[in-house]
Amino acid sequence: MFGKLTLHDIPFDQPIIMATCAAILIGGAAVLGLITYLGRWRWLWTEWITSVDHKRVGLMYIMLALVMLLRGFADAIMMRTQLVLAGGGHLGYLPPEHYHQVFSAHGTIMIFFVAMPFVVGLMNFVVPLQIGARDVAFPVLNSISFWLTAAGALLPNIALGVGEFARTGWLAYPPLSELAFSPGVGVDYYLVALQISGIGTLLSGINLITTILKMRAPGMELGMMPVFTWTALGSNMLIVASFPILTVTFGLLMLDRYLGFHFFTNDAGGSPMMFINLIWCWGHPEVYILILPAFGVFSEVIATFSGKPLFGYRSMVVATLVITILAFVVWLHHFFTMGAGADVNAFFGVATMIIAIPTGVKVFNWLFTMYGGRIRFETPVLWTLGFMVTFVIGGMTGVLMAVPSNDFLLHNSLFLVAHFHNVIIGGVLFGCFAGMNYWFPKAFGFLLEPRLGKAAFWCWLIGFYLAFMPLYVLGFLGMTRRMNHYDNPAWTPYLLVACAGAFLIFGGIVLQILQLVVSIRTWRSRRDLTGDPWDGRTFEWSVASPPPVYNFALTPEVDGLDAYWRAKGAARSESPAYEDIELPKNAPAGFLLAFCAVATGFAVVWHIWWLALGGFAAAIAVLIASSWRAHAEYVVSADEVADIERRGRITAGSPVCIRA
Amino acid sequence: MAATYPGPIARLRNPAVTGALPVILGLGGCKEGVLAPVGPVGGAENQILMETFGAMMLVVTPVILLTLAFAWWFRASNRRARFRPDWSYSGKIEFTVWIIPLLLIVFLATLAWSGAHDLDPYAPLKSGRKPVRVEVVSLDWKWLFIYPDYGVASVNEMAVPTGTPVDLRLTSGTVMNSFFVPQFGSQIYTMAGMQTRLSLQADRPGTYRGLSAQFSGDGFSDMRFTVRAGDDASFARWIATARASRARLDAATYDQLAARQATAAPSLYGDVAATVFDHALMAGAGPRPLLRAAAARASSRQGVL
Repeated sequence: MFGKLTLHDIPFDQPIIMATCAAILIGGAAVLGLITYLGRWRWLWTEWITSVDHKRVGLMYIMLALVMLLRGFADAIMMRTQLVLAGGGHLGYLPPEHYHQVFSAHGTIMIFFVAMPFVVGLMNFVVPLQIGARDVAFPVLNSISFWLTAAGALLPNIALGVGEFARTGWLAYPPLSELAFSPGVGVDYYLVALQISGIGTLLSGINLITTILKMRAPGMELGMMPVFTWTALGSNMLIVASFPILTVTFGLLMLDRYLGFHFFTNDAGGSPMMFINLIWCWGHPEVYILILPAFGVFSEVIATFSGKPLFGYRSMVVATLVITILAFVVWLHHFFTMGAGADVNAFFGVATMIIAIPTGVKVFNWLFTMYGGRIRFETPVLWTLGFMVTFVIGGMTGVLMAVPSNDFLLHNSLFLVAHFHNVIIGGVLFGCFAGMNYWFPKAFGFLLEPRLGKAAFWCWLIGFYLAFMPLYVLGFLGMTRRMNHYDNPAWTPYLLVACAGAFLIFGGIVLQILQLVVSIRTWRSRRDLTGDPWDGRTFEWSVASPPPVYNFALTPEVDGLDAYWRAKGAARSESPAYEDIELPKNAPAGFLLAFCAVATGFAVVWHIWWLALGGFAAAIAVLIASSWRAHAEYVVSADEVADIERRGRITAGSPVCIRA
Repeated sequence: MAATYPGPIARLRNPAVTGALPVILGLGGCKEGVLAPVGPVGGAENQILMETFGAMMLVVTPVILLTLAFAWWFRASNRRARFRPDWSYSGKIEFTVWIIPLLLIVFLATLAWSGAHDLDPYAPLKSGRKPVRVEVVSLDWKWLFIYPDYGVASVNEMAVPTGTPVDLRLTSGTVMNSFFVPQFGSQIYTMAGMQTRLSLQADRPGTYRGLSAQFSGDGFSDMRFTVRAGDDASFARWIATARASRARLDAATYDQLAARQATAAPSLYGDVAATVFDHALMAGAGPRPLLRAAAARASSRQGVL
């Protein structure tokens, strides 16, 4: 009846896990209780869960990322404290079988369920507003994409309390991830969760490419798109080109694990090396999927707050596209030590370095955007400056390891760990936080509290340097990643500093939560009534904050770069001729599909085949039913539009999240 | 005595440069890790590491300083800074910002290319001395070292004579691992059913730490070994001690050792069957029905002959 699942699969004997589960359950129950108490279920259902509005979907992506950041960060704190305690003959408080799950979950969650939803959320929210579109090309599909991602994110958290998560590291290299060496359900949780969310990401990529290519406002040629939209285009092209590789690779590993195939096994002619090649054919583009939109955020922020156009727009676009293409020809640098010949290693090393050229150009162009500007040091600018200083260090250590002979020394060491945190925290995450502070007033109609925001930035920045600079040194001292305990006393002082850094970052996270709470409590005093609080240059700042559901009452006419900036001085027509606007209706398909996906995924993990088949059939039924909807649109009449626009200009700023 | 590298690496070798990074990092007194190489491979790799690091610092440092300087000078409250609200293009600057990283990368690429070839792990080290052959098998969660020329083997302990190239053939009896002695230089993966190769050399006597640099499961953190480098006499003594051991390593005892999923204390085998490494190589690939059949046919043909 329940496949492999028995009561013994719940780790009752593990106090840490049980306490965490209890906290999650109590917290979850409290949230549900609060919603019931406030009578907000209907509101939640119509305004958020079934909404196909790209703004709501984007915000839900970001909320998912923020919640999962807490989970992933809890894992990080556990690892750092474990390593402080586990030196010189001590074993620490986390036994290997638990610790290995912690670092696997940390990597998986931070990449797939924090960084990805954060950048996808920003792109979802911002891109249609920047190109003068009313929504994305396929709004219902967009909602489905989000809910599949959320379904994927739920499974590793179920694994916390039911069964186990993978103990293989975040990319689950075979043969370790094969049934012979990982017979438990951990790897299955990992595979199923990422298959589900991967499909969501792929659909979202198709959606955003179509949106950018087909739905730009009249007159907006490709060469007039804001740079964030360009980077979003690059990022989504990479998604569409690379995520199918991930799906197929994991599919092959699932065939190995579920049906006894031998694609990647040690025996019967399988080749683990094939998996490692395939996974990095996806994995390397993946890091550019994450960093390109962050580059876009920094470009917007630096131009806006310098009061100048972005320096070298064309160079920036060319650099973005060069990075997009080169992202696909460097994957082998992740395994120079696998024994490929010198020519192969040298080719991929040089190809990797070449990516540093367009990236360097971007950094220089940001520099010259500041040159001659009047820089206002608002919170997004601090994140951007922190990024520029931090990222060049991360880029440098990256190029350092692109030299094959350097990699022979530093591969899999804590130097590598420091490097990719350097670029992912200092690049992607700083970009996400810059974007969050920058576009928050657009999304909710009021500004985030700046002092707490800046304090959070300083905690993150200093915490980052404390946490990761010692890791570079530890790499030089010969410490490899994924160690549960060690016998070398020389490492402990560095690990102690790194742990202190992690706690300082924790302080930054607490300040960010405080910033949100304080901002929401005092929202009336920090309203953005203009729709353009930062003196922005792109079209998202031309509409009210928050934007009306249709974004643009009248589709903007575009005649060049920064068209909104140049139009600012021009007089606005007092009585514009509004027209009826057709908008997509809410659709529950995404939420229902997520429900089916979680059930199916859980069933596949535990071999509960009746539930797997039932869940899959239900998912197909939902898809068919939602495709047959006769009336998928509704109309906002011209009079209503005029009314909303009149009110919007006066009372803009009533936040959607706490509308009384 | 020491092996030398041909080409630009040897010419560029300069102890002043090599010593720079540890000093910058406050690791000047550091006696272990990858920045304290004891042989030509690690030494040459350190050399390239310092050169690439130094070359990049030449660009990275000014960029960081310029970022801070521009941000400070062009702050909104500084009315002495000239505000140029429409300045967004300069052909000369555009050219410069493409050419600076390009030149840097051209320089680094030549180092990367020559380094990848000079330090190819498979290439034998140039030396007047005959290399010591060692066959390495990574197991759950221990290292097996076989000395085919001496008929001895050891677990989690390796001895090498100083000033002599060590020619390693590596495989895995389990999942993937990476053989790594940080102070020797280059690491390389070990994979079941496959053989990788690596040439290393220690020029300074001492006891060095070795480990697996590729995560391999529950006992990974204890998958450490000790390398003892000493002169020929001390190496010969170690071989003699190993030969004195009564333990025998053959296919059967190897299978027992491989099947025991546990870490292990260092131990020695005084009597080693010649085919153990090949057995490990085959066993790692498990049953391959087609290949096995082919091998059986081949051996039966030999029997007929």
